[in-house]
Amino acid sequence: MQLGFLVDLHLCMGCKGCEIACKVENEVPLSTWRLRVKYVDVGTFPETKRTFTPLRCNHCENAPCERICPVSALHYIDNGIVNIDKERCIGCAGCVMACPYGAIYIDPETQTADKCTYCAHRIASSMMPACVVACPVEANIFGDLEDPASNISRYIQDHRDVQVRKPEKGTNPHHYYVGAGQASLNPLASRREEGYNLFNNITTLPLGGHH
Amino acid sequence: MVHETLAATNAVVTLDVAIPDIFWGWYVTMNMWAKSIGTGLVFMLFLLLKKNPSEMNGLRTPVMITSFIFMNIFLVFTWLDLHQMWRMWHIFFYPHWTSAITVGAWMATLFVGLEFVMIAVMIRKEKCLLTKQPTVFFDKTLFWVTLLAIPVTLYTAGIMAEATARELWQMPTESAQMILAATLSGSAAIILLGGSKLSDETKNFFGAILGLSALMAFIIYMSEYIFGAMKAEEVAAILGYVKGDGEYATMFWIGQWVAYILPMILVALSRVSNSSSLLNLAAILAIVGLWVVKHVWLVIPQLLPMS
Repeated sequence: MQLGFLVDLHLCMGCKGCEIACKVENEVPLSTWRLRVKYVDVGTFPETKRTFTPLRCNHCENAPCERICPVSALHYIDNGIVNIDKERCIGCAGCVMACPYGAIYIDPETQTADKCTYCAHRIASSMMPACVVACPVEANIFGDLEDPASNISRYIQDHRDVQVRKPEKGTNPHHYYVGAGQASLNPLASRREEGYNLFNNITTLPLGGHH
Repeated sequence: MVHETLAATNAVVTLDVAIPDIFWGWYVTMNMWAKSIGTGLVFMLFLLLKKNPSEMNGLRTPVMITSFIFMNIFLVFTWLDLHQMWRMWHIFFYPHWTSAITVGAWMATLFVGLEFVMIAVMIRKEKCLLTKQPTVFFDKTLFWVTLLAIPVTLYTAGIMAEATARELWQMPTESAQMILAATLSGSAAIILLGGSKLSDETKNFFGAILGLSALMAFIIYMSEYIFGAMKAEEVAAILGYVKGDGEYATMFWIGQWVAYILPMILVALSRVSNSSSLLNLAAILAIVGLWVVKHVWLVIPQLLPMS
């Protein structure tokens, strides 16, 4: 079994329900996110449009975070998920440096690395990830990539514009996008202006650590 | 390459929460800087042993103690940089051998342990099991410690290579820079430590190592500065931080001047005028400047947005 994720960006309407469902399900602390929806405005007024791109751990087949982790806190489980053992993590932030997708953060409460696990605890109970359940338009599609009859496999077969983020990194992500453009997948293809972010004042909890 | 360029789409990210901090900050700079001095001193002590063993007298213990102190500075700052520092022992009991962090931690521990034994033997003047003379034991062990110093100083380049998100940290160039940082800071430190115990000829020898290390490191930095951007747009974006007018542009050039350019000039002048003072000044500048150079190169790749 190889679990994977696909987001149809044609469907995503930027409601951020997936973000909130993820935070609630996984008790993600303030200022940190396992799953984020990136907004990119394209064009010049009045010819503008806004694109939404949910970003989460890509659960790479060749995961740099798993390789660099000195204590196997980041590890593969049988269904292909790159899981994390927070009891083992020493908080060296090697994985934060290694992940080309910025998907790993240091949990300010536990002072350990954390990231999307595709809700591995829910999968173990035969449930779907929280973000999949929360999505009102079924833009999040999750399933077994090795099963040709699964919804995600059929979706990949039926669509020609299936992409992954940063394929040149050789990480072989198990997270796919349909309907994505460079502006949404390439962090260098869009301008980032200071002061226009929703979460400017990052709240970090003063519990140990030095960052 | 970007197919839909910024000009074509006028794309602006209006909502993004990138990782809100520099995760590997000056603690890691301290790690690299102190390790360069610690291992570099061992390289230089071994060179001195091969070049002129008679000048080893009176230098074995102080040089090894200084190396030991800097290696412990490196270990302490590495430990402090962990967000869960009390779990450091996990590296030894749950080692993951694909990680350069694990391999480096084990090798550095062995290296520091051997240094401790060498210092203890020299201080207590105890007769070793292998030989009746502590200095003979020291000199024989120095060969193996020098061999171990090579991977110990290089493994950080392996960590940076495994940090695949940061395009500027490439194993070939970082390896060269790590070893040159060790020879630069090691030669500078032994010039300062040696003082009157070293002959003018030996000081000039270490001065030449200092100058050549500075030259080669400077060439590599300039090569990346000028040609790096041709390889990848991410590298071009990172180098933008040191090519603009921002704080890192200033810091980058301060580092290049203090660590490399001025020491090269001062080493040349010291050879012309046979001046120990100029050589000492070159050594001090190289050690101080190395910290700045390392810090800029550590921090700027972390400023690149990942999402």
